[in-house]
Amino acid sequence: MQGERKFFNEMLDEAGNPRPAYANLSRWLEDKPLNFLSRKSREAETIFRRLGITFAVYGADEATERLIPFDPIPRIISAAEWRKLSAGIDQRVRALNAFLHDIYHRQEIIKAGRIPADLIIQNDAFLPEMVGYSPARKVYSHIIGTDLVRVSENEFYVLEDNTRTPSGVSYMMENRETMMRMFPELFQAHRVAPVEQYPELLRQTLESVSPDQSRSDVTVCVLTPGIYNSAYFEHAFLADSMGVELVEGPDLFVDEGKVFMRTTREPKQVDVIYRRIDDAFLDPLTFNPDSMLGVPGLFDAYRAGNVTICNAPGTGIADDKAIYAYVPDIIEFYTGQKPILNNVPTWNCSREDDLAYVLDNLEDIVVKEVHGSGGYGMLIGPTATKRQIADFRKILTANPSNYIAQPTLSLSACPTHVASGVAPRHVDLRPFVLIGDQVRITPGGLTRVALKKGSLVVNSSQGGGTKDTWVLED
Amino acid sequence: MLGRTASSLFWMSRYHERAQNIAKLLEVAYRTAMVPHSGQNDMGDWRFALASSGCEFGYSEKHGEATPRGVITYMVFDKDNPSSVRTCLETARNNARAVRTGITAELWEAINTTFIEFNDVSPQSITQDRLPDFLAWISQRAHLFRGALLNTVLRDDGYYFSQLGNFVERADNTARVLDTQYWVLLPDNDVIGDGSMERHQWSGILRALSGHRSYRFAYPHAKLKAFNIAEFLILRKEMPRSLAHCYDWIDDVTEDLAQFYGSREPSIDMAAGIWRDLRETEMREVYQTGLHDFLTDFIGRNNAFAAQLSKDYNFA
Repeated sequence: MQGERKFFNEMLDEAGNPRPAYANLSRWLEDKPLNFLSRKSREAETIFRRLGITFAVYGADEATERLIPFDPIPRIISAAEWRKLSAGIDQRVRALNAFLHDIYHRQEIIKAGRIPADLIIQNDAFLPEMVGYSPARKVYSHIIGTDLVRVSENEFYVLEDNTRTPSGVSYMMENRETMMRMFPELFQAHRVAPVEQYPELLRQTLESVSPDQSRSDVTVCVLTPGIYNSAYFEHAFLADSMGVELVEGPDLFVDEGKVFMRTTREPKQVDVIYRRIDDAFLDPLTFNPDSMLGVPGLFDAYRAGNVTICNAPGTGIADDKAIYAYVPDIIEFYTGQKPILNNVPTWNCSREDDLAYVLDNLEDIVVKEVHGSGGYGMLIGPTATKRQIADFRKILTANPSNYIAQPTLSLSACPTHVASGVAPRHVDLRPFVLIGDQVRITPGGLTRVALKKGSLVVNSSQGGGTKDTWVLED
Repeated sequence: MLGRTASSLFWMSRYHERAQNIAKLLEVAYRTAMVPHSGQNDMGDWRFALASSGCEFGYSEKHGEATPRGVITYMVFDKDNPSSVRTCLETARNNARAVRTGITAELWEAINTTFIEFNDVSPQSITQDRLPDFLAWISQRAHLFRGALLNTVLRDDGYYFSQLGNFVERADNTARVLDTQYWVLLPDNDVIGDGSMERHQWSGILRALSGHRSYRFAYPHAKLKAFNIAEFLILRKEMPRSLAHCYDWIDDVTEDLAQFYGSREPSIDMAAGIWRDLRETEMREVYQTGLHDFLTDFIGRNNAFAAQLSKDYNFA
């Protein structure tokens, strides 16, 4: 169907020699017998299943709890590469938070003509309820997962900013835990920056945005939709590793503008809620009245300044796919600097010219829903059949403003365990960023890998797997 | 601690205990049905298992006549049966998942592994000859659960609620097993009975409550006797499944709970009352009240205690 696309191999250079960061790993891989990795993969799977590290797949009747395939070969990022990445991420998340504060207040960026007013005001992700409200420390998006892809030695692109409720951090932690159990000798041969501090940093971040900054005994909780949510394991994992309560909507109630947990004894006031439910379900009195997951009156308590909700309601505007194209402008506008990390060039199908170009080039590009996620409802031109392209053309023409398009990026590939041994497979990277009293970026993040040869879809809901991601220290 | 967490810990333990009790009842039915005995048709032992676990009505609605295969499938694997081993293990695990933050990794692994391995077993593969091993495995897993709980869980309110779930369920189970065949345990049988029929039924009851061997130690010089068996299973606190043992434990735990929270709720006095009555009652008096009436009253008080507990501690 398609020729082998050229791609950047993270382990081997053009001559087939290992790059410096991969030198040790490459030698180690060569020493191992063929069945070694198969055995280790099975071992890892047993560990994951026993610990209950599973995710749910919506719409799948059987086996509602599945494991995300885990690839036992780590992905390695050098210290120098990481320095540049983290500087770029730092710049980006600060700018996005400044943008959120601005559009819910004076809207300078619109007045300056850098972004069309309609794109903000008419956007479903813009919450009028948030206008004029300033959360603690003016931080809106406290937990961000920046999706990055690499296309060459020095080129990284930001695919998505995930400023709402990014998930996957528990896999970053458990992948590392599993790797350390299985390959202690590899950790002795490398200086791998640790990730285990994440829960502690998350807790510090959440405590730092408590509404009452004078108090030190801050009560934090994690709000989950419950055990049937696809990311429930992660919710429990985070609450547990931070040492805070994992609550469901009915465990909380609002009294005189304050939020309390229902305990076995006296109700306990809550200061900071790390919520893992969507805006629409937060509070049936303010948003979706049918929500059984939320807490009636929560939003009023929030507006009254008695509780901090993390991430803030209304942050979805910052990772909206229609806004995405403007992020470079957003960075320049609020920081006065050039963006360190590139955006992927993006066509906005609501613009006539862009749509015409997209329709002419469907075979070569990727088309995504503006509000979609999880790899659903998208077209990857180069790997799609004629039939799929024809079908998608109809859907796109019917509702162009629902779509954006991007060139098909040639994602970098990392050595991955496959049936025939070890082979390069395409990867992306989601580092996890915490924003509170300071910006904290955990070195590495979650690497997702497309296990099928040639595939560029890394989503776990579409058969992708994960890898442990190592940032080497100097 | 969240009220919902307390509730989940309570029910996690209750359902684990129930799964084990169901397995035990089936083990006994299987064993006793192999022994020839007169006066009772061959399905009596299986119906005893159904009745003691409160599954009789649900079973006959669905299947009609009891058959060994039907009873095994219904009580072990049937998703529609709220008391099947499968349902109990699944509900116990769901409760444990809901409080992942409140239980230890060891305890979670015990629960989760049981569930995963149980689900890998197809009902068809459990033929009659494989049943005893499978039931023994369920029992062992329940022991592992309890061991992990006792050995790894912090002695705080969460521990107390999980203990209460365990012993409320056990007391309920023991009382129901006794009540299902209470007439077998009337002292009249000691006079007129002592035939093979009575021995068969008595040892069935003892086995269902894991007291077959320990009875011999508790009553070294006596034959199997209705009076002793009833006393053993109701009033002797050294018997780990007796009503007295359950309430001795419940009373300790509720007192600890009162101390932990620094306040005395109505459920704590209820537990103390039930324990006092068991402690101060003699078997003779139980028979005077009427064994059936005594057991019915106990089951009611045990339920009322559980209801009051969930009210006092905001089980959501």
